[in-house]
Amino acid sequence: MSGAHDVTVTLLVNGTRATRTAAGHLSLLSWLRDEADVTDPKYGCGEGVCGACTVLVDGEPASSCLTLAAAVDGAEITTAAGLCEPDGSLGPLQRAFHEHHAAQCGFCTPGMLLCASAMLDDADGHDLTRAEIREGLHGNLCRCTGYTDIVDAIQAAQTEARG
Amino acid sequence: MTNGEVHTSKLDELRVVHQALPRHDQAEKIAGTTKFAGDLAFSGMLHARLVRSVVPSALLTRRDAGAAREVPGVIAVLFGEDVPHNEIRVDVPGQTVAVGALKASMQVLATERVRFHGEPIALVIAESEAALAIACELVEVDYDDLPVVSDAEQALAAGAPDVHPGGNLLAEWKIERGDVEDAFARADVVVEGEYRTQFVDHAYLEPEAGVGWLDDDGVLNLRVATQVIEHYRDVARILGVPDSKVRVIAPYVGGGFGGKEDMTVEPYLALAVAHARKPVRMQWTRAESLLARAKRHRNVMRYRTAAAADGTLLAQDITIVSDAGAYAYLSALVLLYSSVHACGPYKVENVRVHSRTAYTNNPPTSAFRGFGGMQVVLGYESQMDELAGRLGIDPGELRKRNALAKGDRLPVGQELLTEVWLSQTIDAVRERAGDKPVPSGHRKAVGRAIASNIQSYGRLVWLNDSAAAWIGFQMDGSLTVRCGVPDIGGGQASSLGQIASEILGVDMDRISVHFGDSALTPLAGTTTATRQLLMSGNATVEAATMLRDQLLGAVAAETGQAIDGLRLTPDGVVGPEQTMLVTQVLQLCRRRNVPIEALGTFFGPKGKEVTRDLEGERIFPDFTFGTHLADVEVDLDTGEVEVLRYIAAHDVGRAINPLSVEGQIAGAAVQGIGQALLEDVVVQDGVNLTGGFFQYLIPTATDVPDIEAVILESGEGLGPFGARGIGEPPIGPPLAAISSAIADAVGARPYELPVTPERVLDAVERGGRV
Repeated sequence: MSGAHDVTVTLLVNGTRATRTAAGHLSLLSWLRDEADVTDPKYGCGEGVCGACTVLVDGEPASSCLTLAAAVDGAEITTAAGLCEPDGSLGPLQRAFHEHHAAQCGFCTPGMLLCASAMLDDADGHDLTRAEIREGLHGNLCRCTGYTDIVDAIQAAQTEARG
Repeated sequence: MTNGEVHTSKLDELRVVHQALPRHDQAEKIAGTTKFAGDLAFSGMLHARLVRSVVPSALLTRRDAGAAREVPGVIAVLFGEDVPHNEIRVDVPGQTVAVGALKASMQVLATERVRFHGEPIALVIAESEAALAIACELVEVDYDDLPVVSDAEQALAAGAPDVHPGGNLLAEWKIERGDVEDAFARADVVVEGEYRTQFVDHAYLEPEAGVGWLDDDGVLNLRVATQVIEHYRDVARILGVPDSKVRVIAPYVGGGFGGKEDMTVEPYLALAVAHARKPVRMQWTRAESLLARAKRHRNVMRYRTAAAADGTLLAQDITIVSDAGAYAYLSALVLLYSSVHACGPYKVENVRVHSRTAYTNNPPTSAFRGFGGMQVVLGYESQMDELAGRLGIDPGELRKRNALAKGDRLPVGQELLTEVWLSQTIDAVRERAGDKPVPSGHRKAVGRAIASNIQSYGRLVWLNDSAAAWIGFQMDGSLTVRCGVPDIGGGQASSLGQIASEILGVDMDRISVHFGDSALTPLAGTTTATRQLLMSGNATVEAATMLRDQLLGAVAAETGQAIDGLRLTPDGVVGPEQTMLVTQVLQLCRRRNVPIEALGTFFGPKGKEVTRDLEGERIFPDFTFGTHLADVEVDLDTGEVEVLRYIAAHDVGRAINPLSVEGQIAGAAVQGIGQALLEDVVVQDGVNLTGGFFQYLIPTATDVPDIEAVILESGEGLGPFGARGIGEPPIGPPLAAISSAIADAVGARPYELPVTPERVLDAVERGGRV
């Protein structure tokens, strides 16, 4: 539906340009899910607490449920699908999640991956301890795994990246 | 499969089962491609939302949708009068206060009376979420407030207002075995305590959601987040159409834990689709989920335990009152579980259990992982530690002395038919734990405790449970498995693939498991009660074994070899003389009119209907046992508790996929720690004050330590390859392990959950070690 308060927003989502004209009040999460059919960011709470909607906006993690799509017009957005290799196979961080059984129901997983990805980028050569990894994850809730396997996976990805 | 040695030698031959295989569904979830219930969209799809009661107890004096219907984009506003059969009925078999089966009933949309804060009153259908939001605000409802019953014990007191006509006692169970009074009279020591648990929310990350549409031949399709696709029958009854005209599909579910066992969006989505005759999506908000979906029961449990000086348990006298909330749902059955599990994994000759569940105007309560069998762990394990302290006996030793063994009977009369490895789980956690840690500083105290438990797996035997699975070879030798199991994240579908792969010699990447579709997959029952591995797993074993024997029979008939000498392997059918490729065998089957598919149905153990007095040869199929160990550090000034270490050991019989087993144990342990320390759905005078995750605190990554899962395998369970169920059992012990570890640290026990810093400080003061 178009209306008087519609705005046109263009985003580079996982390397693909998407332009949509939609209501100006739409959150980035609704814009991605309902306008652009990018459904891997999840609605979990709508108030920035659970982390299931986490995406990278120009490389920085953000709760897409609290971000206005119109406010980030022109940005580069990365979702979990954007961490895959160009051929669609799992990227290094995703492979570590897979090997360490870091997903069960999988609903928190896309947000968890982007949080982890940003955490590893920010570490910038510093070896994160398990406590630091847990600290970095505390804004992303998981109800299935108990977190241990997720911490294992992120630690393994870090080790692998060091070569 | 009772001979351990025979079983161990067979273990070596397993190729796929018993291997730690990362699951394919997990790879897709990690790649972000899985389409959950709320992820599907149709062009022209409408949206639906509920208008819910803002008060806990009232007569509805006026409902007016005039203004709401004028909002541009609104398709319809439905009230209870618009629902063909305005009743959600839960059949609860078994004896309750009513004679015969209780028909637990509530309206789909309330017409005259609301009994809890959040009860659905109107259904709004619109073209957009924006129109929906405006219209819902404009539906006018006038309430005439009625008295609020906000406490289960008060609900049962004389003179309490009736929540439903006929009184507030929804159900009660009684166990009376031996001579309890005599045993207490001759006991060397008696301990007693009152333990309280809170309302708990499932808090899966995926809120309730689904999409519905009409298909060819008038079939109404619902693709929803559910643990029970068989609700298609309930939906059909509400719509007044034949069962065959409703289809429920469960895609991969974003967590269930019992919260998606009762219907959530299904009836409303179905009404919206039937009314608008267009695709409709319904997505509950987190606030809605916290407000109105059924919770875990708040229990008050009074325990008295009598023992001899050597620690032998002589008697237990237990009363339980649980808060059923405003509608019956599954409360009578949850209470039955509490009653049967009330004495824990111990031999007790003299037992009295009297349990009651009462209607209140609180949020309804129903199924939640552990299903009444978990709250009582706090009761019986707290008693064991109190007793150990009084007698000066080591808590582990006290448990071992009283542990049930194979061949023993539970207080309800059921004989234990498989191994009980309780002592082994106690040894396992203790060996792993080593020495108790030392406090990290001044004004800190460290405590350690263990907690053991018993938890049934599989449904009550009188429910005549069954599950079916279909397996068919493709002509290229790949395999298709069809089974109506809903997969809620525990690897339910994947484990069936492993079992089929093991028996039929087909590699996992050449098997597709189709699941969770009430129209297209054979029905396998609910993903609840820790029953799916037992039920759909055994059905898959049945189908795969039949299919294997069909293939081997065809080869034997064709070649004249004895069937006993033939084996189906990844290389084909291997015999003493020759090997035949599977593709050749399949062509051979076609020529000889031998089917290359099979339908297997597994029927669960049977038993008589239980009476209110719970005397039965068999109530449940079987049980899983375990022990957890917790180390905590308490800040004596702030009451803050840090869980330093957490170890959880269970005898799982046989681990079909050790990764999934560890995942179940770790996840359940953390969910239980959350209940022990953090979580509380706060309801005041019937008003649910818990509206978001910023108020309802589930454990974050910084609230819990690594969970160390220890898998023990007795080889004895009723599931495939000797497996026991493990989905629910690990959630109970944390309640007691954490509470008792705090008691060990500060010298006095907290009696109420969650153990907030205030309650810790109360225990610190009572402990007198300050």
